[in-house]
Amino acid sequence: MKPLAALRAPRALRHTVLGAGLLSALAIGATLPSTALAQGTVRIGMTASDIPLTSGAPNSGFEGVRFTGMTLYDALVSWDLSSADRAAPLVPQLATEWSVSKEDPRKWTFKLREGVRFHDGSTFNADAVVFNFAKVFDQTAPQFDAKQAAQVVARLPAYESIRKVDDYTVEITTKTPNAMLLNQLPFMFFSSPAQWEKLGRDWNAFETQPSGTGPFKLESLTPRERAVLVPNTDYWNPARRAKADRLVLIPIPEGNTRANALLSRQVDWVENPPADMLPMLGSRGFTVTSNGYPHIWPWQFSFAEGSPWLDKRVRQAANLAVDREAIRQLLGGNMVPAQGLLLPDDPAFGKPTFEIRHDPAAARALLAEAGYGPDKPLRAKVLISASGSGQMQPLPMNELIQQQLKAVGIEVEFEVLVWETLFNNWRQGAKDPASLGAHATNITFATHDPFAAIIRFMDSRNVAPVSLNWGYYANPKVDALIGELQTAFDPAENRRVYTALHETLVEDAPFLFVGHDVGPRAMSSRVQGFVQAKSWFQDLTPVHMKP
Amino acid sequence: MFAFIFKRILYAIPIALAVAAVCFSLVHLAPGDPLTAVIPADAPAEVVAAIKQAYGMDRPLVVQFGAWVQRALQGDLGLSVATGRPVMGDIALALGNTLLLAVAAAVIGFGGGIVLGTLAAFFNGRWIDKLATAIAITGVSVPHYWLGLVLVIVFSVQLDWLPSMGAGADGSGEWRWDWAHLQYLVLPAVTMCFIPMGIVTRTVRATVAEILNAEFVSALRARGLGALAITRHVAKNAAPTVLSVMGLQFGYLLGGSILVETVFSWPGTGFLLNTAIFQRDIPLLQGIILVLAMFFVALNLLVDVVQTLLDPRIKRS
Repeated sequence: MKPLAALRAPRALRHTVLGAGLLSALAIGATLPSTALAQGTVRIGMTASDIPLTSGAPNSGFEGVRFTGMTLYDALVSWDLSSADRAAPLVPQLATEWSVSKEDPRKWTFKLREGVRFHDGSTFNADAVVFNFAKVFDQTAPQFDAKQAAQVVARLPAYESIRKVDDYTVEITTKTPNAMLLNQLPFMFFSSPAQWEKLGRDWNAFETQPSGTGPFKLESLTPRERAVLVPNTDYWNPARRAKADRLVLIPIPEGNTRANALLSRQVDWVENPPADMLPMLGSRGFTVTSNGYPHIWPWQFSFAEGSPWLDKRVRQAANLAVDREAIRQLLGGNMVPAQGLLLPDDPAFGKPTFEIRHDPAAARALLAEAGYGPDKPLRAKVLISASGSGQMQPLPMNELIQQQLKAVGIEVEFEVLVWETLFNNWRQGAKDPASLGAHATNITFATHDPFAAIIRFMDSRNVAPVSLNWGYYANPKVDALIGELQTAFDPAENRRVYTALHETLVEDAPFLFVGHDVGPRAMSSRVQGFVQAKSWFQDLTPVHMKP
Repeated sequence: MFAFIFKRILYAIPIALAVAAVCFSLVHLAPGDPLTAVIPADAPAEVVAAIKQAYGMDRPLVVQFGAWVQRALQGDLGLSVATGRPVMGDIALALGNTLLLAVAAAVIGFGGGIVLGTLAAFFNGRWIDKLATAIAITGVSVPHYWLGLVLVIVFSVQLDWLPSMGAGADGSGEWRWDWAHLQYLVLPAVTMCFIPMGIVTRTVRATVAEILNAEFVSALRARGLGALAITRHVAKNAAPTVLSVMGLQFGYLLGGSILVETVFSWPGTGFLLNTAIFQRDIPLLQGIILVLAMFFVALNLLVDVVQTLLDPRIKRS
């Protein structure tokens, strides 16, 4: 027994500490790994806590689609993300053209792009397309993967079946005639059947050795730590060949850690740095980019019995009472004030007859007309969360709205729920006991297509628990326009109906329209070529480092 | 001694089962659906049902728990809901990284605590004592995630001496014992060492001070023993108490580093636990909690054994 062993340790420790101190001092002059990397490596700090799945159906929401979906894979149809000035339009990708059958408008024929190869060298053709639809839709297929199905199936609600017509033609049948199939197809990526066979039909093995047709290939994957992507030099579209030598994707879920990693030059690019650090990042020479994108921060009103929002004048009054500019300032400028569900410059925004603006006098007048006044304030209860994915800064934003509404005579009480509880309640509906008798819920969402933006909330057939019509909104005019939209296959006609639908909804105000997020990113001034599209998704192929 | 160890290992079995049961109930009581991470909010009901079935989450909770325990006994903690990878593999990797961090923090924290505590006891009431006590109080009072952020701002962002996050430029899989990798360990280890250092300092100070006042120490002095010889006797008497505190603290270092590992994106069990919580990845969550609980049990056993060896007065059989 050596009782002094414990007491001797500190002496050794002091040497260690001294040594560490000396080494730290040496490190001042030494080269940190950040500067030793080869030119052309772009290291990106993502908000996800793990590398999104790489086998062809990424998890981690749209961030996954952005980083391990659209990089490694292609879809039949995707968005053109090359412009920062307009809503990203859908363009042909692995399909070159398509048509809808006049006899049976449920049947779509897609011509496939010829000469496209997967990263493993095998050919992309109709068999590969059919194989991939079966991997998520056909539970009896040997390639069925529950993990991928969970990500994809809900994003393609229109799909019913697929059949090969010839080597480069497929026919997709939808459940009902549905023009929105095109909006849903960008989420269906195509993994190589040959690679899956080669790996012993094992999708978990495919995670580390994936093979798609996308502009990047996976070089290495360390779960939860990093994924390294290298250019696919044989990419079929020369205009979208990747410029960087490497993309390194690093999950850093903590916002401050992400920003500090950028400041200490461990990464070159961070997604969504904390809003309060943006001015500092800008002043230190980092490029801060942002752009409006199809996202909305609303209150979704309840139309259940007893809700104060049943009267349209009240809904409009609330929308007129909110000073969105003040909220934008609260967020350090990182918000586009909402004038409807869609971004004000969206091609389908239209010219609603009711203008969303800050006009407290008009709000008071409308409330008075509806029978409310200083003696009889309108009272409402709203479900909110203290944080949550895409929720921006829910507490201060809601408190400011509460003050603004109080100024016109609307007294709001909040029920603050845990984010997961609030999110689950979305599907339960306002009448469910879990909604605690609330008259509105505050959950943000994506508005990148008519289904995401409108149909799931506003179609009376989607009343909770079928889908997310939490507030039991039912408007025959809206239902009719949704029906019309689903069969409007001509793009111009589709746009016209979608615009009419949006105009109708702004005028009827079933939401308190507050703001759109701007997706801030910060990057080293050496990062070149990035154009932040007005989209949840971004094109990483032109991104590279300045030599 | 062997009978004692064997008995203690047997005791660990009901503890493990209880931990597993509590953990299983807690994650199911917590708000949110276990499949939130994999199913979009507007997924059609039939899709939700199919996915639940595919993950075996449509069965009664008792059946799910039974199946899980049965597999866990065979060393199979199931597959992660979010990634489909075996939970055991992910935990093994993370545990290696956490052990590295915990040992580094323990070496600094326990070493520092013993030195400061002993000095404080020997120089009771003098400035060294006051300084050591001040350090100890600061150590246990400062929230370590806040300290971590401050250290990052000073040493990574402002001075650019040390990396602010991660476990190596190429990930922890490529860990090596050179400065290029060790530099990633410095800030998280220093951040984590403060609480154990404070607690060990206080324990050592109190224990040693008490022993120094004991009659046998006066007797040793009267017999003319030198300071070093007296220190040796004092240390031997203080060791059991200090060891049990250190054992407990090491357990906390292993399990309680969730905030520090998150602040530094250190790919250990705390970071993994955080991920599992936010993704509601129940198999992963259960697996980590069980493994960490078993570590606690094993550490307590180890401490008991070492205490018995150090102090024959502790009769345990």
